[in-house]
Amino acid sequence: MTINARDGYVDIVKDKVENFHGNQLVYVCWDDHLIFSAAQAFPLPPEMPFGALISEVMTPVFNLHPDFAKIDWPAVEWTVDGEKFSPDMEASLKDNGVDHKSLIRFKTPGLMGINGTRY
Amino acid sequence: MSNKKNTAFIIVQDNEDARPIIEAIEQDNDGVIVQYQPGMVRMERAGSLIVKRETVEELIGREWDIQEMHLVLISIAGNVDEDDDKFELSWN
Amino acid sequence: MAAKRLNLRKRYELLTRGMGWETTYQKMDDVFPYDTFEGIKITDWDKWEDPFRLTMDSYWKFQAEKEKKLYAIIDSFAQNNGQTNLSDASYLSAIKLFLTGVTPLEYGAHQGFAHLGRHFRGEGARVACQMQAIDELRHAQTQIHTISHYNKHFNGLHDPFYQFDRVWYLSVPKSFIEDAQSAGPFEFITSISFAFEYVLTNLLFVPFMSGAAYNGDMATTTFGFSAQSDESRHMTLGLEIIKFMLEQHEDNLPIIQGWIDKHFWRAYRLLALVSAMQDYMLTNSPMSWKEAWEVYFVENGGALFEDLGRYGLKMPKYHELATAESEHLSHQVWSVFCLLGNATGFHAFLPTEEKMDWLSEKYPDTFDKYYRPRFEYWAKQKAEGTFEYIKGLPQLCQVCQIPMIFTEVESDPMQLSFRDTKHNGDRYHFCSDGCKDIFENEPEKYTQAWLPVHQIFQGNCGGPTLEEVLEWYKFAPEDVSDYIGSQDHQRWQEWKGKDKDTPAKTEANG
Repeated sequence: MTINARDGYVDIVKDKVENFHGNQLVYVCWDDHLIFSAAQAFPLPPEMPFGALISEVMTPVFNLHPDFAKIDWPAVEWTVDGEKFSPDMEASLKDNGVDHKSLIRFKTPGLMGINGTRY
Repeated sequence: MSNKKNTAFIIVQDNEDARPIIEAIEQDNDGVIVQYQPGMVRMERAGSLIVKRETVEELIGREWDIQEMHLVLISIAGNVDEDDDKFELSWN
Repeated sequence: MAAKRLNLRKRYELLTRGMGWETTYQKMDDVFPYDTFEGIKITDWDKWEDPFRLTMDSYWKFQAEKEKKLYAIIDSFAQNNGQTNLSDASYLSAIKLFLTGVTPLEYGAHQGFAHLGRHFRGEGARVACQMQAIDELRHAQTQIHTISHYNKHFNGLHDPFYQFDRVWYLSVPKSFIEDAQSAGPFEFITSISFAFEYVLTNLLFVPFMSGAAYNGDMATTTFGFSAQSDESRHMTLGLEIIKFMLEQHEDNLPIIQGWIDKHFWRAYRLLALVSAMQDYMLTNSPMSWKEAWEVYFVENGGALFEDLGRYGLKMPKYHELATAESEHLSHQVWSVFCLLGNATGFHAFLPTEEKMDWLSEKYPDTFDKYYRPRFEYWAKQKAEGTFEYIKGLPQLCQVCQIPMIFTEVESDPMQLSFRDTKHNGDRYHFCSDGCKDIFENEPEKYTQAWLPVHQIFQGNCGGPTLEEVLEWYKFAPEDVSDYIGSQDHQRWQEWKGKDKDTPAKTEANG
């Protein structure tokens, strides 16, 4: 459907990728760790290697949770935009199929939050 | 889930100006439930509720304009029917 | 003897009938350019009637009396240092959120109704909208005036309108009112007068203002109830306009149903903030969000829509989900504020033991199971000095603009709810099916959304660091972070003759 307006609508896309100064938006959600309340948003260069996403971007935010230090990274289950995938740590976000406003979710088997509360 | 149906209600401030209105509602509406909550009084009844000018005037001993009720009204539920003699709320 | 006064019906009729005319120098459609493009068909504007039949002379008389009463109370509150009689100074967080989040909405409603008061073709509807425009302006003014007393004694009350246009959580009410204001007049009035005022506003004003009375805040109680007395008229207008539109033409039904579905969900999402005010920010709560939802939506809304069923109107879409969420809403919202409390213009604080017991009692199926553990965990961390705020910024819903914190309450309450869609090659994310539907019906509107987190990343909010963004928000260092240890808290302890280091009522015992 389109909008019903008297004078027509100017086509403005506030969050097009060009507005982020070379970055793209990426959302990351750690499943079963609701302490973070929501997926976290980051502006990142598309060329950033996936390994750097973990070490430089995710770690400083997600290490708030005591489970973070216990993560067995090779066992982590990843999805990007709803599809399962195995990230290539050396390859860029873009080459891993992560584009503007992609949602990455990860599950950490065996780690179910504080006292198993999924929190 | 609530099983209450078609509750009409009126909520007024819990103050002196509202007291005769509350009393009039109690007199004129069989089965009305009156709840006192902090700062306010909620009156509810299945189907309909009425405020009659005459009853309020008898209670306060002076002429009373039905629209004076606006000064103490907090909320209502129901279709409104108002004229010089009554203010009525009802669900069809 | 003076001539007998005309009766109410006659007086109202004289005010609202025969005052307009068919224009001849200009086409009627040019004089009233906005009331046709939405597709609402009106065949006879004279069928419009305000059941309150308020005339201008009575309007001014009663409004003046309301003002006199209000100002008498505000004066005595100030003269008697009413602020010292509050239940606790942490209560002020609710007032700060109210002043920054709700008062500008009143002003937006004023602008909207002023527009309708000019642009509806029927005189009766114009008169009703003009009165409401004045009411809404009065609400904004009396709220600012009343709360200005607290501004002398507490932080965080200094720039509500400036902040409304910038702050991350205030974009929620801002986007709500601007969504309505940028629609046509019939959609605006359906949104504000019906979906918001009739269906949902009791949830904001009635338990919250009763809550103010319960916490010793006579000033807020008084402006709240004074505004609410106008609200009864506004609700009646909302119900009448819906019935009027439905009676005018059968083609109006699907349009109106679509607007009710949309604006119910928009207004309900906005009220998520109110749920947290009611359950957590009020030191003593007279009624839980869930109880209020039951009384004012399930019961009252049920009766309303049963009545409107004769026109073919149905309950708003996703109302069942809203009812299911009533077990979770306030806990989820307050959790976010606690963890982003270094970026809120009010002080966040953990619930006391007493408050948690009250929450357990009010939410026997959810609080202990899902939410108590997190508050106890933070309380322990605070006691040990290891508590940290979240360092990242949350993903926001493209439509309601609330961080995407809502969960799948009907299947798995610990699973976040994610929805998305693509439009012109770009991906958009939503917290719920309700918000997703709204986007998909009018994508051109919501691709323009000014999402605060994205705006920070685009470099439009003062700078990349938290300090720069807070400065751009005009959040002073003393406005933000925990209540415990804040200037507000210290001042309160001094007034109450307590040692600053004694844990206050609001601190959970870790």
